[in-house]
Amino acid sequence: MAVPVVSVRGLEVTFVGAGRPLTAVRGISFDVAAGEVLGIVGESGSGKSVTSLALTGLLGPNARVRGQISLAGIDVIAADAETLRLMRGRDVGMVFQDPATTLNPVFPVGRQITEGQIAHGTLRPERAPARAAALLREVDVPDPAARISQFPHQFSGGMRQRAVIAMAMAGHPRLIIADEPTTALDVTVQAQVLAVLARRQRETKAAVILITHDLGVIAEVADRVAVMYAGRIVETGPVAEIFRAPRHPYTAALLRSLPRIDADEARLSTIPGQPPHLGRLAGGCSFRPRCPLGQARDICASDPPEHDGVACHFPGEALATLPRPAPSKKPEAQTGSPLLEVADLRVEFPIRTGLLRRQSGTVRAVSGVSLSVWPGETLGLVGESGCGKTTTGRAIMGLIRPTSGSIRFAGQEIGGLPRGAMRRLRRDMQYVFQDPYSSLNPIRTAGEIVAEPLRIHGLHAEMGGDAYVAGLFDRVGLPRATMSRFPREFSGGQRQRIGIARALALQPKLLILDEPVAALDVSIQAQIVNLLKDLQRELGLAYIFIAHDLAVVHHIADRVAVMYLGRIVEESDKATLYARPLHPYTRSLLSAVPLPDPAARGGGRRIILEGDIPSPARPPSGCAFHPRCFRASPLCATDVPAFAAHATLPSLVACHHPMEAAP
Amino acid sequence: MNPMLRRLLAHRGALLGIAYIVLLAAAAIFAHLILPSDPLAQDLANTLDPPSAAHWFGTDELGRDLMTRAIYGARTSLITALGAVIIAGLIGVPIGLVAGFFGGWRDAVLMRLVDVLLALPGILFAMALIAVLGRSQFASLLAVGITGIPSFARITRAQVLSLRQRDFVTAVEALGGSSTYTMFTTVLPNAWSPILVQVVILSAVAILLEAALSFLGVGIPPPTPSWGDMLRTGKGFLYEAPYYAVLPGIVLTLTILSLDTLGRTLSRLIEDRQSAEDGP
Repeated sequence: MAVPVVSVRGLEVTFVGAGRPLTAVRGISFDVAAGEVLGIVGESGSGKSVTSLALTGLLGPNARVRGQISLAGIDVIAADAETLRLMRGRDVGMVFQDPATTLNPVFPVGRQITEGQIAHGTLRPERAPARAAALLREVDVPDPAARISQFPHQFSGGMRQRAVIAMAMAGHPRLIIADEPTTALDVTVQAQVLAVLARRQRETKAAVILITHDLGVIAEVADRVAVMYAGRIVETGPVAEIFRAPRHPYTAALLRSLPRIDADEARLSTIPGQPPHLGRLAGGCSFRPRCPLGQARDICASDPPEHDGVACHFPGEALATLPRPAPSKKPEAQTGSPLLEVADLRVEFPIRTGLLRRQSGTVRAVSGVSLSVWPGETLGLVGESGCGKTTTGRAIMGLIRPTSGSIRFAGQEIGGLPRGAMRRLRRDMQYVFQDPYSSLNPIRTAGEIVAEPLRIHGLHAEMGGDAYVAGLFDRVGLPRATMSRFPREFSGGQRQRIGIARALALQPKLLILDEPVAALDVSIQAQIVNLLKDLQRELGLAYIFIAHDLAVVHHIADRVAVMYLGRIVEESDKATLYARPLHPYTRSLLSAVPLPDPAARGGGRRIILEGDIPSPARPPSGCAFHPRCFRASPLCATDVPAFAAHATLPSLVACHHPMEAAP
Repeated sequence: MNPMLRRLLAHRGALLGIAYIVLLAAAAIFAHLILPSDPLAQDLANTLDPPSAAHWFGTDELGRDLMTRAIYGARTSLITALGAVIIAGLIGVPIGLVAGFFGGWRDAVLMRLVDVLLALPGILFAMALIAVLGRSQFASLLAVGITGIPSFARITRAQVLSLRQRDFVTAVEALGGSSTYTMFTTVLPNAWSPILVQVVILSAVAILLEAALSFLGVGIPPPTPSWGDMLRTGKGFLYEAPYYAVLPGIVLTLTILSLDTLGRTLSRLIEDRQSAEDGP
């Protein structure tokens, strides 16, 4: 192998400050060669972002860095500030997670892209506009000459991230560090950005360090993987090998806990417990408390394993011991009458502008959604940001007043219900929020939070008081002893369990789950998904599962409805929808999901959509999808397609030219 | 609250401020027990005496002990501050709560009323009110209290508006909690911290405003001791007895300084806690 662009040996990062020093990175070593993509994958707190900051010398003054980092011949740890500053512009380019905050909102995009090169004296100011336009063209930004004088707010999210990539590439750096570059983007936009990143990497022969929590993205782009856990690299190797035959039990369990759209299993296997707190690591192997192999073995408790491709005392045993998940059973047929029937639901928000707050437009967040949910089943509601899926959920819940349409729950129209009747109805219908950090009242204890619905409805004594609340804690898998703790003392996954316990308190028939696992780490995600499935089976609950993640929906839903710009464009049972998507949008959405399987990479599988999701304030005429559609005809620009049953498949689809061939 | 209090006391400025205010309040409350002399007792043989062992702050033009008067003056100031904060809080906080929680026409009407109040210069408004009600302790604290309403209303409203967006408030609505329930058991208990800061700040403002009113001769009627009144009278004897005005002036300055330091430290601690909470 040629001399690597980056070489890291025994890197240790310790944060000192108030309280005990905290070691976030505990001795890691790796190399990245020119033209190579190293994926660093890990859950939150694994030390992956700290590693990237250490590489560029961007850690704060409270960080103590030990070990060796050699980047393009520079000793990063020993270098002075000026050397590092020159290195950052010239040898390293960085792409951060949130393109909205990476770009300075008060300067034109073009100026920011070339700013670094001008400052480093490698570009004359008069040549900057032409150079900026050329760079934007290279990342597929349409009409680059006009775009360079625009400001970041005039760019969409995906466009901004491309500008950031253009900026990172501007100085022809030898290393690009991309820290969760697509996490803030929608899946169809993520596909575009990953494609651009991969192409530019091939063209410039730069070394890339791609940091992400998403194994699918790694499988899609990386050549080699480093899996981090509790500040250590536990396994490294070529991407194909790691995904085919993981040797470390953590890697194996992580891969098994991923819901996948290309497999069908009844239960996700989970990693028990929580990622460890870095301040409270036990001796020996830090994965031991959660490991199926090390539990009963003394060596795992006493000696930290050496890293030799894999940091485990018993490498290779991992795969054999993990149980294979059983395939899921066929869903039972819908019987009786639906629990919830929504017909032609519309939610519109006025846009008011000017001094007199005159209405100047309308945001059609939901424009004509009809859906039904039967008792005991899960309806997955999928779509990208801004498609109106959350608004639909909130309107059904009565948190947003619908503009028109009918919502019938258990046969009763709830639109015009008086307060008292609506309050009674709320007991049958509950909501679980996405963000477990903001959905719990910070000044109440967990026990009080779960008991709150009972108190609101005056049922606390009737339902059995504290004993009943304790029973709810058992049900969602939280120790009873935690009832007196405050939300800040819980981890994200545990908070989500509190939110679920609160929603169950009134014994509802329907739960509306709004992205309940989107904010959680992969291993925790699987725990919550399994909990939801268990609860559904035990209590006969119906779910509306709102999500952007098609793999999670594939795992939990019985039927799936796909939304685009306020409308449902396709609805079918899960098997049919995933195997034979009819709407071109469904088709491209499915193809855009990065599969955690390097073997499936490329192969013409992917349909990359042009452009971004239009604003619901100005939806395109006719079929709202037609400007991005690869099957659009002149008819699509004028006529709104009807949402109608398909001739042969049990699907409903709103398209003039539905796909026929099985993919 | 406990860890908050501990961090507050760990801050030297705030600790000094609290110590001073507690000492001042204790002296004011127990003045009749700890001080040998009556604040109104005249001793015409010893007028305008400089500070001495018998009279630490000296005596005034009627031979009254100035330290005794300064400490009884603290009573006046602290009662005004307390009363003003209670009035401003009891009216301002509910206004902000209702305006921020419901929005719409209630917000528009209530906040326009608050704007009107804010547009009136505080001291002029207070003087006008005192002109109508006559000079008394109650008139001063009412006047100062009313001028404090807008700040409570605005701060509460801003806090409620941001809490309104939080999922845990929506969660209570989704559970079927009434507006009153949500407002008083969920929103208000989470909104107290900036209100507490405002209590401290308004106390300082109230003490200063009361002193200004007395200085202008429209505050509490003599012979009740008050710092503003002592400054006003002392100003006439600046050459013969500079300590007359200067010493009460120092007491007043230290009081404002203490409250201000306390308020600023509190608000910084709250910001720190907020940013610690927002990050996962």
